[in-house]
Amino acid sequence: MESSELKGGKDSQISDELSELRMESSELKKAKDSPISDESNRRSSFPDEVLERVISLLNSHRDRSSVSLVCKDWYNMERWSRTHIFIGNCYSVSPEIVARRFPKIRSLTLKGKPRFSDFNLVPQNWGADVHAWLVVFAAKYPFLEELRLKRMTISDASLEFLALSFPNFKALSLLSCDGFSTNGLAAIATHCKNLTELDIHENDIDDKGGGWLSCFPESFTSLEVLNFANMTSDINFDALERLISRCKSVRVLKVNRSISLEQLQRLLANAPQLTELGTGSFTQELAQRQYEELESAFNNCKNIHTLSGLWEVKGLYLPALYPVSTHLTFLNLSYAVLQSDELAKLLVHCPQLRRLWVLDTVEDKGLEAVGSNCPLLEELRVFPADPFDEEIVHGVTEAGFVAVSYGCPRLHYVLYFCRQMTNAAVATVVQNCPDFTHFRLCIMTPGQPDYLTNEPMDEAFGAVVKTCTKLQRLSVSGYLTDLTFEYIGTYAKNLETLSVAFAGSSDWGMQCVLGGCPKLRKLEIRDCPFGNAALLSGLEKYESMRSLWMSACNVTMNGCRLLAREMPRLNVEVMKEEGSDDDGRADKVYVYRSIAGQRRDAPSSVLTL
Amino acid sequence: MSSESGKQLPENDSAGLNFDTELTLGLPGKSRSTTSDGGAKLGTKRGFLETVDLKLGDKDCVKSDDDVQEAAKSPVSKAQVVGWPPVRAYRKNAMKSCKYVKVAVDGAPYLRKVDLEMYNSYQQLLSSLEDMFSCFTIRNYLNEKKIVDQVNGIEYVPTYEDKDGDWMLVGDVPWQMFVESCKRLRLMKSTEAIGLGEDLNL
Repeated sequence: MESSELKGGKDSQISDELSELRMESSELKKAKDSPISDESNRRSSFPDEVLERVISLLNSHRDRSSVSLVCKDWYNMERWSRTHIFIGNCYSVSPEIVARRFPKIRSLTLKGKPRFSDFNLVPQNWGADVHAWLVVFAAKYPFLEELRLKRMTISDASLEFLALSFPNFKALSLLSCDGFSTNGLAAIATHCKNLTELDIHENDIDDKGGGWLSCFPESFTSLEVLNFANMTSDINFDALERLISRCKSVRVLKVNRSISLEQLQRLLANAPQLTELGTGSFTQELAQRQYEELESAFNNCKNIHTLSGLWEVKGLYLPALYPVSTHLTFLNLSYAVLQSDELAKLLVHCPQLRRLWVLDTVEDKGLEAVGSNCPLLEELRVFPADPFDEEIVHGVTEAGFVAVSYGCPRLHYVLYFCRQMTNAAVATVVQNCPDFTHFRLCIMTPGQPDYLTNEPMDEAFGAVVKTCTKLQRLSVSGYLTDLTFEYIGTYAKNLETLSVAFAGSSDWGMQCVLGGCPKLRKLEIRDCPFGNAALLSGLEKYESMRSLWMSACNVTMNGCRLLAREMPRLNVEVMKEEGSDDDGRADKVYVYRSIAGQRRDAPSSVLTL
Repeated sequence: MSSESGKQLPENDSAGLNFDTELTLGLPGKSRSTTSDGGAKLGTKRGFLETVDLKLGDKDCVKSDDDVQEAAKSPVSKAQVVGWPPVRAYRKNAMKSCKYVKVAVDGAPYLRKVDLEMYNSYQQLLSSLEDMFSCFTIRNYLNEKKIVDQVNGIEYVPTYEDKDGDWMLVGDVPWQMFVESCKRLRLMKSTEAIGLGEDLNL
């Protein structure tokens, strides 16, 4: 969507044939006013119906964008057959433009706020309200079936509007959203007769009670996915039990903490066909018989491949999970405070694991167990149990990271929070695991060097970008000089997303990245010594990117004004700190390309230049 | 202790009225008085605040809270930086309500964390502590609840800070009450606990 409207559309995985056609047709396009020539007729000499069919099979939005660039015929065929639209920045385009181009959308994915809003860096009321989209779509896409929102604001009124406007509505997914309460969910449950999916994940929701779940009518049986794991209030268990037993197609069920082990057992007994399970609280005084029933219930669920929840987990009850452990491919223990030996005992039973999320309470010893037991592991995320603590609480170190890399050569996604790291360890890790596509390392004390050599961590990230040629996403941390960014610019040719904090020595660092990474789409920077020279070195680059975030850097209002003036198709937004003057530092800058022009809903704290 | 086969019920000897595992303090050989109701000591605290001196003269001892904070402050105190480390607000809040406490061991440079909800009894807790600080063993479950470092033979006494900020001996109160009031744990060298006095009746 984005690239087809702007020049410099990015490459994607398209076949060689498509690229050939594209090159030839771009010559055709130069003759602007000519009708369809003989040459193009020759090119598409096979019937349109076939071409339509082929194009309609394309799912990747990037492939579809590329297809739409080939020629006008293909553009039209593509737009008529597109049913799902992905919009990575809700302000890059308007709902009217979307509706004009794509008449047949049934599924929409929208992302709103900059990612740093997750860490409270974006002011409240910043925007990204979905209502305007819903209003347009109610008129243009009454047959809309799916809505997936990330970091958007959605009100209860909007949820009710959604529930009433789209009779065929099937799937609602809200991730990291805000602005709504459980009343909105009640409206969805009450009115969406064809609902198959309700996925409410880690939102800032005003939880007024669990009554919403009781709003599903007794006649409602179509549910397949239900996730309310991150909501706090108690729900009516009888209503839930009845719901699950009458919805025979439920395959994903993630309950919240209020559900006890005994209740979990009853749910499992009614839904042995589950493929993904999020347990409630995993602690309760269980009698012998109850424990056996729980274990037996797990034993009957032969299809569970994803397991999460496990709040307040009692280590002693983990063996009840062993029957499902052998088939598990994704285990999310990121809310379970486990020690190393508890994790080790469990992992012995999880040889098929591909994805594992844990807390750093498992320590290096726990990670050694990961390396020993999970040879197929592709993704590891280690979250800090206590990131804001002043005291030194032991977590994981470079030793754990290295241990995993020896045992899990297929590792390609890592998110690792630690308090100490060395260049040598990271070099070893990428040597063992050269296929990293996502490398997110967070050394939690800002600006911390290699703790053994006291040197900057430049060589660590140098090793990452040199060795991992497929790298798409990188988050750096620790004490870093411009050398890190030289390495990134030189080697990270597939890099799409880069997150930088408390790093770099001068403008040169940022310039290297902007000048060297051809596929860069998202760049987020905080607390770095990059100023106007760096900002302005990326003038043309930003049009090929989704967005740039810079906060607590050395960029000034004048620099931002210059950028805005030179690049009219970019929106340059500055978030003002209270009491700051207009000509001084621009403390938070958000730059993004847009074909919708300046947004009209910015609050007073956001200045569009 | 924990069930490996899965067929046995995990041990459950909690509720705090189990005389066998009740901890008492005293020098070896001294007879200990027990009350008819292990939980009767509800109203009386046997704190040893007067004798607990966190700033111990011994160089090898664990740093006091102040020292620990100093160390954490360099190079940058992370608590002062907004939005750092990049942990989502949701996760921050979700972890807060866990009932887990820090465990400090005199002489060890790092703290650990345990989730008290995971255990049903003092025995299970101490056994887990043993696993964590693997140089220790628990000697003599039934009578003396001391933890001994195998390497250097130093004895440790488990203590905890309760809701009122008083340092108490682990094992005084029924298990569930302990879980509710315990804010942090400290394995204290028993040489430093000597001045506590020998008679436990208040």
